[in-house]
Amino acid sequence: MPNFYNEMYSDAASVRPHYHAFAQWLAEQSPQHIEQKRAEAELNFQRVGITFAVYGDNAGKERLIPFDIIPRVINAAEWATLQAGLVQRVTALNRFLHDVYHHQEILKAGIIPAEQILDNAQYRPVMRGIQLPSDVYAHIAGVDIVRAGEGEFYVLEDNLRVPSGVSYMLENRKMMMRLFPALFARNRVAPVDHYPDLLLDNLRSAAPAGVLDPTVVVLTPGMYNSAYFEHAFLAQQMGVALVQGQDLYVANNTVYMRTTRGPKQVDVIYRRIDDDYLDPRAFRPESTLGVPGLLDAVRAGRVGLANAIGTGVADDKSIYPYVPDMIEFYLGEKPILNNVPTYQCRKKEDLAYTLANLPELVVKEVHGAGGYGMLVGPASTQAEIEAFRQRLLAKPDGYIAQPTLALSACPTYVESGVAPRHIDLRPFVLSGKTVSMVPGGLTRVALQEGSLVVNSSQGGGTKDTWILEN
Amino acid sequence: MLSRTADHLFWMARYTERAENAARMLDVRIQYALMPQSAQAEQQGWRTMLEVNELEHQFGTRYSELSQKNVIDFMVRDPDHPSSIVNCLRAARENARAVRGTLPTEVWETENTTWLTLQRHIDNRLYETNPSQFLEWVKYRSHMSRGVTIGTMFQDEAFNFIRLGTFLERADNTARILDVKFRSLNADTEQGGAQGEFYYLAALLRSVSAFETYRKVYRDAITPTRVAELLILQAKMPRSLIACVAAVVENLQEVRNDVSRDTERQAQKLHAMLQSVDIDEILERGLHEFLTSYLASIAEIGQGISRDFLVPPAPVEQESAQSQSQSQSQTR
Repeated sequence: MPNFYNEMYSDAASVRPHYHAFAQWLAEQSPQHIEQKRAEAELNFQRVGITFAVYGDNAGKERLIPFDIIPRVINAAEWATLQAGLVQRVTALNRFLHDVYHHQEILKAGIIPAEQILDNAQYRPVMRGIQLPSDVYAHIAGVDIVRAGEGEFYVLEDNLRVPSGVSYMLENRKMMMRLFPALFARNRVAPVDHYPDLLLDNLRSAAPAGVLDPTVVVLTPGMYNSAYFEHAFLAQQMGVALVQGQDLYVANNTVYMRTTRGPKQVDVIYRRIDDDYLDPRAFRPESTLGVPGLLDAVRAGRVGLANAIGTGVADDKSIYPYVPDMIEFYLGEKPILNNVPTYQCRKKEDLAYTLANLPELVVKEVHGAGGYGMLVGPASTQAEIEAFRQRLLAKPDGYIAQPTLALSACPTYVESGVAPRHIDLRPFVLSGKTVSMVPGGLTRVALQEGSLVVNSSQGGGTKDTWILEN
Repeated sequence: MLSRTADHLFWMARYTERAENAARMLDVRIQYALMPQSAQAEQQGWRTMLEVNELEHQFGTRYSELSQKNVIDFMVRDPDHPSSIVNCLRAARENARAVRGTLPTEVWETENTTWLTLQRHIDNRLYETNPSQFLEWVKYRSHMSRGVTIGTMFQDEAFNFIRLGTFLERADNTARILDVKFRSLNADTEQGGAQGEFYYLAALLRSVSAFETYRKVYRDAITPTRVAELLILQAKMPRSLIACVAAVVENLQEVRNDVSRDTERQAQKLHAMLQSVDIDEILERGLHEFLTSYLASIAEIGQGISRDFLVPPAPVEQESAQSQSQSQSQTR
């Protein structure tokens, strides 16, 4: 993919205005200094234990997510557009979730085929008619955005279940400020450190009506979960308890945690466990991660869950193509952020198009995540494409296809020096009584040359993300 | 505070202390092995150390020869020995990681750094090439862990459970160090005479950092009776039994809840006994018998703490989901 947008350079010789100060600083640094700082960063991440567990590996062998010291910089005007687009999109998605669990206006209006919602495995009939505080379902959304050109942003995924990565956003900033304080004197970088405060406010607003001083907890699957660092980090930053399923129990539709001084009532649970594992009585009976009876407590309005059960129906890849329609339907507005044109392989004509154009397309599993089980046509061999064709033919409604976007790239330290690598951006959008976010997000970078897959499970790295203030 | 959190904090501290005391016990034994003695006497010394820690059987199943090299290997890095230093430090770090959100950043980073550095020492086989340096390192990491806890932590319940873990473990370990030494005192020193006894007792005192203290308190020759008195009954000696039990009583009082009365009373009774007994009575009764009954009380207090605070029984309403009970080893 030779033609992609470079975040730092407008052409080989000229640096974009918002990268000027950084480029100048970088030119002043000796390679030895940079090398030393990169080693220091790695040592620090190791010592702080900012790692993600590799499943099946023994303790002490946790992996670091590679951190790149060249920041991804976004100017104020572009961020303003992104922010407006994110607020619009997440607001519409929450309206949609409320609608499909109540009056289902959007289905009655024929905008989305009813069976695509009602037969979707992510649709949870148990949530029908349940009233939630402020009608919010997705309190925390991690929307994946890529840039294809000047001012041209696309949403790839909405991530409304248990999006992760915000701790890396915060730790990357902390690391950059520690390594290169002088850089922050030269650039007016909007701060992000208040995210935990915003999150706590937001979670408190999810408490059942009438609870004045809600007790909030973070529910984690435990220390062997790949995102455990983040769960512990957020609980600590918010000053709330980090609990596992075994620490909670439900009595009379009320959730309690076991403490050294007896049971204590819990009002809001920021859960980092998927729906399926939340309550063995309601969902997967073999789950030991969840809390038996939790669903009853939710339905009785005795505890707030963030995110609510059943948000997956709105970020499913089979529903994604309808998000622009949702924005128009609920808000009467034109979408600010683009959707990637999507071919739904469950449709005959879309499948035919996909099969005919596999070498040019990206094909994803409807329920897949983490960069697993996808085909990036232009980066695949003939044999890989043919193997994928067979899987697609066996189960067409399990797949969608999209044109391969020319993701923008950002200069990145790699073995051979500094070279452009493709990136995306995951801002974290908080919905409560209002919609809020900190300026920025997590920038992920595909470290393999030419690769478009940024997921850390596929060897992706991260960068600090700067929103420059005017 | 969450019971599970308290449990992790308690065990983090216990395992750290256990690693330290294992290092102390080993180090003093290695120092003593440098003294002129028969191969038989040396072997007997290692055997007694394993016996008092109830490890001779476990050791026997894995090593054919009772040698310094094998005992060090067993005590330092044997992956199947739950109280090897590596396994203790791993458990301490895993417990810390489970509650890293509750710990001040510096406390967690200390535990984590200890673990990361340990990997290097094990890979380089420092424990074989220079065991004393390695054991010294273990001791200092334990000092560091305790120091950063005291120096940075808000003194709430979390702090009390860490302290409980430290002192309960130390209350157990000092008694075992004493037991091992006094049980082999006669056997070990019969060749060396009075001079042998001196080196023997001096090594014991050094193993609990009490050599200088002894000189200061008694200003006199080192005798077994006084050594026992110092390590059992001297309240100002930070590793003595009475000091450890006093700290357990104090911290239990701070975390007291509706069901902890019996456990607290048991600790108070043990403390009162240590306050009233004198060293002659103890020796008359037999030091080993005294320590055995003392260790049983300590184990009971440990079980009481577990039951009252750390792993409370499931409430009645809940039929099925019995919390997975903590499986950390109360015993070694």
